[in-house]
Amino acid sequence: MAEVYTSSIINAPAERVWARIRDFNALPAWHPLIAESRIEGGAPSDQVGCVRDFRLRDGGRIREKLLALSDYEFSCSYSILESHMGVENYVATLKLTPVTDGNRTFAEWSAEFDCAAEAESQLVSDIGGDVFQGGFDALKKHFGT
Amino acid sequence: MVEVRRSTVIDAPIEEVWRILRDFNGHDRWHPAVAESRLTGARFTDQVGSVRDFRLTGGERVKEQLLSLSDKSRSFSYAIVESDVPLNDYVAHVALKPVTDGRRTFWDWRSKFRPPAGREQELAQLVAEGVYDAGFSAVRALVSGSASRSAHPASPAAGSIEGQAIVVQRHGGPEELVMETVQVPPPGSGEIRLRHTAIGVNFIDVYCRTGYFDLLKPPGVPGMEAAGVVLDVGPGVTHLRVGDRVGYACPPVGAYASHRTMPADLVFQLPEDVSDETAAASLLKAMTAEFLLHQVHPLQADETVLVYAPAGGVGRMLCQWASHLGARVIGATSSPEKAAAARAAGAETVILPGEISLEAQVMEVTAGHGADVIFDAVGRDSFGHSLRALAIQGHLVSYGQASGPVGTWDIGALSSRSATISRPNFGHYTDTPEKVHEITSRVFDALRAGVISVEIGQRVALADAAKAHRDLEGRSTTGSTILIPGESS
Ligand SMILES: NC(=O)c1ccc[n+]([C@@H]2O[C@H](COP(=O)([O-])OP(=O)(O)OC[C@H]3O[C@@H](n4cnc5c(N)ncnc54)[C@H](OP(=O)(O)O)[C@@H]3O)[C@@H](O)[C@H]2O)c1
Repeated sequence: MAEVYTSSIINAPAERVWARIRDFNALPAWHPLIAESRIEGGAPSDQVGCVRDFRLRDGGRIREKLLALSDYEFSCSYSILESHMGVENYVATLKLTPVTDGNRTFAEWSAEFDCAAEAESQLVSDIGGDVFQGGFDALKKHFGT
Repeated sequence: MVEVRRSTVIDAPIEEVWRILRDFNGHDRWHPAVAESRLTGARFTDQVGSVRDFRLTGGERVKEQLLSLSDKSRSFSYAIVESDVPLNDYVAHVALKPVTDGRRTFWDWRSKFRPPAGREQELAQLVAEGVYDAGFSAVRALVSGSASRSAHPASPAAGSIEGQAIVVQRHGGPEELVMETVQVPPPGSGEIRLRHTAIGVNFIDVYCRTGYFDLLKPPGVPGMEAAGVVLDVGPGVTHLRVGDRVGYACPPVGAYASHRTMPADLVFQLPEDVSDETAAASLLKAMTAEFLLHQVHPLQADETVLVYAPAGGVGRMLCQWASHLGARVIGATSSPEKAAAARAAGAETVILPGEISLEAQVMEVTAGHGADVIFDAVGRDSFGHSLRALAIQGHLVSYGQASGPVGTWDIGALSSRSATISRPNFGHYTDTPEKVHEITSRVFDALRAGVISVEIGQRVALADAAKAHRDLEGRSTTGSTILIPGESS
């Protein structure tokens, strides 16, 4: 099982960061890699079990299912149903924790998945870097430093 | 219930912050509100159940007990068990997380407690600001090098942690095995620092203690086998991470200790289904049995094998593995109880040399053929008998000298059997990570398949290592002996 873990500090209260990322269908609004997204079957985007079908700016398409969402813990987990990445059993969690000192946010994004052994290190660096760190960088830019 | 929750970010790698925080009794070195602290209820500061008994700078006395500690998730929790400050039912949790974006550390400190009515706000503020925020500032100052509280002798800035070890001050008898408090330095390049959970005792530790082998130069710590947890990792170590459960069976000596810093290359992660005690009781012994039966003498199913000390550490596993390979196993031991243990381990025939010599008994039970291969680690008292008990073109594997050195022999004596002699050394079969990986994989497979099993005949507190040696040399042990750090004797 490959593991990816990326974490960062965002200069805004956790409630505000959460408001920006909570919507499972809102990736295009905050993540620079994502071009467009829709929720299948018109389900509400905070309903556990709903599926987002989104397109990356480079054209790739990914379908992901919401597994858990907690406004109390500021966290959301999801799995990949379909993608071009060559991963299986992919489950990821995005979680925010308030930093009381300075009213900032500690953001963590982690994933576990299976893949071909020779593809692992590239996938780990792409997911941890482009996807997770890329998302955090966009949030840091949005909220200022 | 009042809940207090504070968190901060420290500009230092998580390993550095954790090294300071994990020492439950070390808070008097850095926390400005703590005057002095001492450990009671356990021997080690990282032992669950230990109690830190301390005074605040204001004079109040507090006792707190460690409820859990994880080097893997870098977190611990504790509760107040007695206090002059009315923080009733106080339970706190400290957790560190790495901020991968910038090599910083997120530190979360939270608690719940029941204050007396009317004092909620005052006490919540005391905990949040007087304890947690003040602690954050102190550690921040410490890691940035501007620490002012350097009066304490063993300041964490030096990076050493305190441990206990059996130190041999001069070569000699079991009485030279004395427990001392030692400073365990942070790992250098290629090294790791470990906390041991179980330590294996092997006959080679006796040779090191007496000076028969020159592996231990006094003052030094014996022991070549243990299981434990990785506390920190030095530069250049890529195969192990903080929190990994690991084992090893390799030089240099130094395993008879609660904590140690050592080269990482021959230390490996333990599989989930192999417990720390099983690993400490079996690694060196089973690895020896593995290379004896597969590399020194690849055993054939139609061979007859004679095993000395068949109820002991290596010998018992030789019996199990050899009988699994289909060979006929004869054990040679010293008491009816050990004979029963040898039979349980797979010896088809067990002989008790005494009035009738070993060779006469072996010839009798093999109808004059003798043993095709003999595994003899008794040495002085057995070597001549072994030569006479061999089959024609037999193989005598002399791999130890529990009774004393084999001495000098005329090679011409081998012609009476056209004998082959081997004198293998564990080090030459296990000196690279690749060799260790191959041998341990086969050992773990054999354990899983029940081909060999572990019998912990003696479980002894580390402080009582001398007793463990007396028993091993006194021939009164069966199976394996392990030492447990932190247990009182
Ligand atoms: N060459 C290598 O690489 C290598 C590696 C590992 C171990 N070894 C050797 O294998 C042997 C067994 O090691 P172990 O740790 O598993 O110990 P052990 O076999 O559990 O204990 C030693 C046993 O040797 C027998 N023994 C016979 N004469 C003895 C004497 N005069 N004093 C003490 N014991 C005597 C006793 O069994 P009985 O009462 O049944 O006779 C005793 O229980 C040791 O000699 C060790 O050095 C060699």
